[in-house]
Amino acid sequence: MGKTIAEINERIGKGQAVVVTAEEVIEIAADKGIKEAAREIDVVTTGTFGPMCSSGAYLNLGHSKPRIKFGGGSVYLNEVPAYTGFAAVDIFIGATALPDNDPQNKIHPGDFNYGGGHVIEELVAGKDVRLVAIAHGTDCYPRKKLETLLNIKDLNEAVLFNIRNAYQNYNVAVNLSDRTIYTYMGVLKPNLGNANYSTAGQLSPLFNDPWYKTIGIGTKIFLGGGVGYVAWQGTQHNPAVLRGDNGVPRRPAGALAVIGDLKQMKPQWLVGTSMFGYGCNITVGIGVPIPILSEEILRYTAVRDEDILAPIVDYAEAYPQRQPDILGEASYAQLKSGKIMVREKEVPTVSLSSYAKAAEIAQTLKEWIKRGEFLLTEPVAPLPGVEAGITFKSLEEHPI
Amino acid sequence: MTISRRVVLHFPRLLVDQPIVYHLVKDYNLEFNILKASVTPKEEGLLVLELSGEQSDYEQGMQYLTGIGVGIQLLSQNVIRNETRCTHCGACITICPTSAFTLELPSRRVNFQAEKCIACGLCIKPCPPRAMEVRF
Ligand code: SF4
Ligand code: SF4
Repeated sequence: MGKTIAEINERIGKGQAVVVTAEEVIEIAADKGIKEAAREIDVVTTGTFGPMCSSGAYLNLGHSKPRIKFGGGSVYLNEVPAYTGFAAVDIFIGATALPDNDPQNKIHPGDFNYGGGHVIEELVAGKDVRLVAIAHGTDCYPRKKLETLLNIKDLNEAVLFNIRNAYQNYNVAVNLSDRTIYTYMGVLKPNLGNANYSTAGQLSPLFNDPWYKTIGIGTKIFLGGGVGYVAWQGTQHNPAVLRGDNGVPRRPAGALAVIGDLKQMKPQWLVGTSMFGYGCNITVGIGVPIPILSEEILRYTAVRDEDILAPIVDYAEAYPQRQPDILGEASYAQLKSGKIMVREKEVPTVSLSSYAKAAEIAQTLKEWIKRGEFLLTEPVAPLPGVEAGITFKSLEEHPI
Repeated sequence: MTISRRVVLHFPRLLVDQPIVYHLVKDYNLEFNILKASVTPKEEGLLVLELSGEQSDYEQGMQYLTGIGVGIQLLSQNVIRNETRCTHCGACITICPTSAFTLELPSRRVNFQAEKCIACGLCIKPCPPRAMEVRF
């Protein structure tokens, strides 16, 4: 038995495709068996909705009269600096960028109320954003200063381009010290006061395709409420980590770089986020469809929270000092139960990514496909797998 | 005039076992609704009450409490949740001292029970999309 993406697309076009979410497939596979489930199901939809720092958008602002060259100058959107190292009117706004006058962590923990992620959210929401630019002025681009309101509908291009999203597994963060710490994994109370994790577990895209057998470069996805594509492997893509018998990584492993037209996305799925004492960020909604090409692929999508393990890491000492030690592992079923045991202590757990919203994304993508509005794409190249021999590098300092 | 107020009472250790609420009812004709009761690790008592009764009775009741050494914090501010900003992540659940947030199963949406909230403000900054807002 085997299906092709072309055959599945034909069924989607006729409104006959059988589409289920990565949650629903678990029960179906348990009831009917892998073989029968693989025969019946065409597509399994996944979803995740969590803070993803390595996100941003490039914008082409159009040419003012007289012209101004933003390239090499400075541009602020609602006081948040954008990157200008491109041609005259292309800029990039990153999710973690902060206003120059933000107090940051001068009084610790800083609030980080507004940054690049919030600018992106406001643009997507159709709100006017204030642009202030200073340029050096040239014969062909004489203008040196520009202040104006910008609206996404007036831009030539507004493209979300996130270089690392949808991480395949992530640390569970705890705090062994005797003071509260403020991290990108949230507020961690002293003496193992809480444990924070951040993935959608059994619903998360790369847990359902652990060896990247269907998700590749060119895979069409749900991105920020609109349509996007996998552009490349994410930065720090690291397939060769410790894996379980089911192939699922037990450490942070693969990741996706994704791209899509910001103009058709929705603010509900791109939410500006503030990590207390850490910085600004954006919470991104991603859903990836997995074509059931074989029984093997179906078996991967039937993965359950109890079969996925994550490492527990101390963020007071081990993480900041780049020590490899972990305090143990917990399954997502344990994490989702609300408590785990760490060093013989019962520690309450919470998530930073939203399982409820991840389920909504998987459900939305399922509806799109069932209605024939969303066809699957054939990847143009695979993501690097274990055989690519990627080694994860740290920054070792060399004297100048 | 009858009034209704939400108050947080902080009991020093030696008062934890005293029938204080009983006196409020019996001696000051106040009706009460316990929103939250807990004993902190330092064995101080924390009680969040909704009290209603005649304004004069309420004021005398408060005087009685202050007199015996109970700390009173009036809940004049409200903390509300902006429902469109909440992503139902859950980061607030382990932050809130009164367990005002609970995980609804199987949807895994995060419920906010406003009646348990003592407006301490602890959840405001740890909430990543800043969905919790103070209203005066
Ligand atoms: S931390 Fe904020 S966004 Fe997350 S569940 Fe609580 S109120 Fe909602
Ligand atoms: S303000 Fe927030 S943390 Fe404080 S009691 Fe209310 S809900 Fe809980």
